[in-house]
Amino acid sequence: MNPVATPFFFYLLSTLAILGGVMVIVRRNAVHSAIALIVTLLSVAGLYLMLYAPFVAGVQIIVYAGGIMVLFLFVIMLVNIDRSMKERAFNKQWWIAIAAAVALGALFVSVFVKSKGLFPERGLPLAEESNTQQIGLYLYGNYMFAFEIASLLLLVAIIGAVVMAKKRI
Amino acid sequence: MVPITTTHYLVVAAALFVLGVIGVLTRRNVVIVLMSIELILNAVNLNLVAFSRMWGLHGQVFAIFVVVDAAAEAAVGLGILIAFFRNKETINVDEIDLLKW
Amino acid sequence: MLEYIKSYLGSNLTPGSAGNMLWAFVYIALIFLGLSVAVIAMNWLERKILAHMQVRLGPMRVGPHGLLQPVADALKLLLKEDIMPAEADKLVFWLAPLIVVLAAFAVFTVVPFGPTHAVTDMNIGILFMLGVSSLGVLGIVMAGWASNSHYPLIGALRSSAQMVSYEVAMGLAVVSAVLMTSMNAQGTGTLSMIGIVQAQQQQGVWFIFKFFPLGFMAMGIFAIAMVAETNRAPFDLPEAESELTAGFHTEYSGFRWSLFFLAEYSAMIAVSSIAVTLWLGGWLRPFPNLLGGPLWDLVFSLAPGLSFLALGAMAAFNTFRMPRHSFFRVQTVGLALFAVLLAMIGVLMLAPGVRERVQDIFWFCFKVAVFMYLYIWYRGTFPRYRFDQLMRVGWKVLLPAGLGVLILTAIVGVLV
Repeated sequence: MNPVATPFFFYLLSTLAILGGVMVIVRRNAVHSAIALIVTLLSVAGLYLMLYAPFVAGVQIIVYAGGIMVLFLFVIMLVNIDRSMKERAFNKQWWIAIAAAVALGALFVSVFVKSKGLFPERGLPLAEESNTQQIGLYLYGNYMFAFEIASLLLLVAIIGAVVMAKKRI
Repeated sequence: MVPITTTHYLVVAAALFVLGVIGVLTRRNVVIVLMSIELILNAVNLNLVAFSRMWGLHGQVFAIFVVVDAAAEAAVGLGILIAFFRNKETINVDEIDLLKW
Repeated sequence: MLEYIKSYLGSNLTPGSAGNMLWAFVYIALIFLGLSVAVIAMNWLERKILAHMQVRLGPMRVGPHGLLQPVADALKLLLKEDIMPAEADKLVFWLAPLIVVLAAFAVFTVVPFGPTHAVTDMNIGILFMLGVSSLGVLGIVMAGWASNSHYPLIGALRSSAQMVSYEVAMGLAVVSAVLMTSMNAQGTGTLSMIGIVQAQQQQGVWFIFKFFPLGFMAMGIFAIAMVAETNRAPFDLPEAESELTAGFHTEYSGFRWSLFFLAEYSAMIAVSSIAVTLWLGGWLRPFPNLLGGPLWDLVFSLAPGLSFLALGAMAAFNTFRMPRHSFFRVQTVGLALFAVLLAMIGVLMLAPGVRERVQDIFWFCFKVAVFMYLYIWYRGTFPRYRFDQLMRVGWKVLLPAGLGVLILTAIVGVLV
């Protein structure tokens, strides 16, 4: 089956993602930034779907949009927001930072211009097995050790977060 | 219309990455700095998934590890933030200077 | 055009998988219509059943036995003034109910009402359902924050903590059901909603009875977590009226409030249909092995028509019990017409060509309806939890139980 109107959806989703990214860094209000970030995350999930990576898209929606962003909103509501609304949103070295970021962007552009033809135009043919199944085989096969370390990392993060946020242990 | 190639995705990812870097370097609010880090991680993920379209599924597996890492980072970062807010009543990066004595 | 419409008929794929956009839109419209009717019916049923549990009558004035009460309520809500607090964050306040409704409705794209009766069949179906239904909490948090008021903010904080906590237990229960789909010759499981039901058909057992009592425990964990996930009694702390007036939607009124109402009920239907699909065999009829054979197939295929006929008979019986007074003449005639309508639907469903086609949808909706009744029953009988008790149940009981069931399912699956 041919995908429907692929270039249209690509441009729509990537515009949404970049607009969301811009809003994240320019909005004074942290809740608005969080909503913009949610837009970006969902658009990136759409881009994953266009790259035939449905499982990663699903993980992105569940973990990022449903989990991490709720945590962010929760913390934004816990910390006082009224004061930071009246203060400067950007710090003093902002022009140096912009210059550095523009330099980084120029580096990326030069890489893309130089590397024309380096990346193959067409993707691999899609495998018969479902994407989820293949990822499962990789996760519990080739990357078993990395998987275990990731679980350990999560355990450490849970304990760390509890220790940090608790008033008295 | 031009067919969408991998380079298109890489350009989007690069734009998101640069936006994230700008956010990390310029914003004072720690929550927004953490969100900009999420943007950077997303840009990396998009790169990994775009490359996995050409060179097999390893990229997608790595993207999942990056998501795990992002979750851990958000939990610990926001925990530190709450602890700090309780002590100093501020969430601005340039006022977090307890080590500068 | 006609060819395009006809080309889908007789296909054994869902419209989304077959790539037929027109039929997909037809299915979306049908599901949206059915869902709205179901929410309206739930509104009436909940009030009546709760009332009868408390030995009251419930709504009786608008229409016979208050049948038209939800319609009157909907009209009232649409005509009410839509108030926005002066200090509210306008954009977020406007956006929040939309997100909640979108999250609640988008889930239904993958709900399988029958082997081909779903908008589309994704190979990450259950992951999609969990992910999209977890987006609803974002809308609730945004609503609570944007109202710029104390009760909604506390309600939103409670809701986000509660929903994120119970999602974990819910996910573990779902994984143990997905693990059961892989107990076949090839050893390959599936995340697709239609695939999960077909796995139950192939293995000849609903997953609630598989590896008894493991499937039953997994469904129990899910059934508790889903009540917390939809913010319903006894876990309705985010909108506990005795503590927080109305929780996160205190500041909402009129149409926006009705959007929250719509989202709450369609989210209830959505999580119930996840439970039905994963553990109760989705669209499969009861006792396919115990009572097999063409005779029993016929008997079970008559069930939808007969149940509509029974409903019609009930309405007719109540028509004769209506008070003989000129005040009630319009209501009596209306109830009689309603009885005739139900009976006609029943007769239509008994017709040979129709009954094979509707029975899948009927059994699915019947199982979901059982869960909806349970929701009302919980609300009528359980006292509300305290917040620390809620968190303790989520993290110290359901989460370890879910992990234990998952590990045991894996071990038993390897051994068998």
